[in-house]
Amino acid sequence: MSAAVDTAAANAATADARDRRIPWALTAPALMLFVGVLVIPLAMTVMLSFHDWGQYKGIEPVFILKNWREIATDPYYAEMFWRTFRIALLTTLITALLGAPEAYILNRMSGRWKSFFLLVILGPLLISVVARTLGWALLFGGNNGLVNKLLMSLGLIGAPLPFMFTETGMVIALAHVMMPFMVLSVWTALQRLDPQIENAALSLGAGSFTIIRRIVLPQIMPGVLSGAIIVFSLSASAFATPAIIGGRRLKVAATLAYDEFLNTLDWPLGAAVAVLLLVALVLIVVGSNALIERRYAEVFR
Amino acid sequence: MRTNGPLALVFHTIFVVFMLAPIVVVCLVAFTPEGFLSLPTTSFSLRWFRKIADYPEFVHAFWVSLGLGALSSLVALLFAVPAALAIARYSFRGRDAVAALFLSPLMIPHVVLGIAFLRFFTAIGMGGSFSGLLIAHVVVVFPFALRLTLAAATGMDRSIEMAAISLGAGGWTLFRRVTLPLILPGVISGWALAFIQSFDDLTMTVFLATPGTETLPVRMFLYIQDNIDPLVTSVSASVIAITMTALILLDRFYGLDRVLAGKSDPGR
Repeated sequence: MSAAVDTAAANAATADARDRRIPWALTAPALMLFVGVLVIPLAMTVMLSFHDWGQYKGIEPVFILKNWREIATDPYYAEMFWRTFRIALLTTLITALLGAPEAYILNRMSGRWKSFFLLVILGPLLISVVARTLGWALLFGGNNGLVNKLLMSLGLIGAPLPFMFTETGMVIALAHVMMPFMVLSVWTALQRLDPQIENAALSLGAGSFTIIRRIVLPQIMPGVLSGAIIVFSLSASAFATPAIIGGRRLKVAATLAYDEFLNTLDWPLGAAVAVLLLVALVLIVVGSNALIERRYAEVFR
Repeated sequence: MRTNGPLALVFHTIFVVFMLAPIVVVCLVAFTPEGFLSLPTTSFSLRWFRKIADYPEFVHAFWVSLGLGALSSLVALLFAVPAALAIARYSFRGRDAVAALFLSPLMIPHVVLGIAFLRFFTAIGMGGSFSGLLIAHVVVVFPFALRLTLAAATGMDRSIEMAAISLGAGGWTLFRRVTLPLILPGVISGWALAFIQSFDDLTMTVFLATPGTETLPVRMFLYIQDNIDPLVTSVSASVIAITMTALILLDRFYGLDRVLAGKSDPGR
C-alpha cells in the first residue's frame, strides 16, 4: 500500500516537474484580468493626478504638480485628512474597547447561546451599509431623536446633543459598522487560547482581573491589533456613513474625492486625493503589520 | 471554563442593543401608518411597502443589483477556481506575488477603485455601460471567491484524486467528476459571499452607475441624499429581510464564522 502511494507521489512529482507551465496556465486568465482592469486603471489614476484641469478646458494631459501642490499648501486638505484619520482612530479605539470584551464574553457562553449571539453580532456585516447608516440617521434625527430622548430620560444629558452632521455621530455610526470586524478578529485569537491556562491561574489563586490582565489580554492582543488595522483602514476610506451622517459640509477623504469627481468634475484633483489616501493607508497598514509581527513573532509562529 | 458574571451580562446586553438598534429602528419605521418618519405606536401598516411599486427606479435598481451580483460572482468564480487550484497545489516561482495581487482589491479603498475604473472605462469608451460595471464588480468580488475556493482546495483529500487517476481519469473528467464535487461547498460559499459583496457595494459602484445601471444601494444612497422618508425605510427593511434570509441559509449550509473568516483580514 505504502509503496503504491510512494509511486503515485513520485509520479505526481515528475508530472509536476514536467508541467511547470500548468500553474501559469491556470492563473493566466485571472492574471490578465487583473493586469488589464486593475493595474492599468490604477496606473492611469496616478497619471491623472498629475494632469491639469480647468473649468472650461476640462482635463489636459500634461505632467504638472499643480494638484499635489494644492493639496500640500491649502490647509483645507490638511484639515480634511486630519479629520479623516482622527475619525478612523477614534472608531478603532471604540471598537477595540467594546469589541474585545464582547468577544471574550461571547467565547465564555455555552454552545447554543454562543452561536446565536455570534450570528446577531456578525450578521450586520452582511447587511447593506446604507440601511445600517440610515438606521443611525433615524436614531439621531434632529433634537428629538431616539438617542437624545433616551439619554435625557436617563438624566445623562440636560439638553439634546447634535449627532447628525457631527464627527461624534460619524464615529458612533462607523463604530457600529466596523464592530463585527473587531469582534471577529478577537474571536479568532480567542479560539487559539487554551482555557486550561486560565483554570491553572485560577487554581493558583489569581483573581478575575489578574487573569484577564496577565493571561488573556497578552494572548488576544495580536487579534485586537490586527482587528484594529482592519477597522482603521476601512474607516479611513469609508464613504457611505460619512456621506449620510456627515452631510455635505463635513468632508472626509472619500466623500471629498467623490465630490471632485461627480460634482466639481475636477478629476485630476480628486485622483490626487484618492492616490494620497491609498498611499497613506498602504504605508500605515504595512508598517503596523510589520511592527505587530515583530512584537508578537512567537504568537504567529 | 469560567462563566460570565452579572456585570459581563449587562455589558453584553447593552452591546447587543447597540448592534441591533439601528437595524430594528429601520424595520419598525418601515411599518408606520403615518405619512412621515415615525415609530408606529398604535398600528402597523404596509402602505410604504406598497408604495415601493410606485417607484420603478427602486424596483429596476433591485433587478440590476440582483443580476449584477449573480453574474459578477459567477464570472469571478470562472477565473478564481483555476487560480485557486494552481495556488493550492503547485509551488511555483512568484506564487506569493500572484496570490498577493489577487487579494489586493481587499486592501485598496473602494473609493480609489471606483475612481480608477471610472477613469479607465471612460478612457476606453465604456463609461456608464453595464459591462464596465460588471467587469469592475468581478475584480472587486474576486478575492472573496478565491479565498473560500482556496480554503476548500487546500483542505481537500488528494488521495481521492490519486485513486481516480489510477483508474484512468484525467483532465476535464477528473476535474468535473472528482475535484469540483469535492471543493463544491467552498465554491458555492465563495459565490454567496461574492454575491453579497457585489449586492452591497456602494462606494465603488456610485462612481460607475448611470441612471440606467443604478444598483439598489446607489439608488438608496442618492435618495437619502435628497430626503429621508418612510419609503426608503421600507426599501431598506426589504433588503434587510432578504439578507437575513440568505444569512440564515448560509449559516445552516456552511457555518457563518467560516464564511466571515474569508471576509475579514484585508491586510494579510
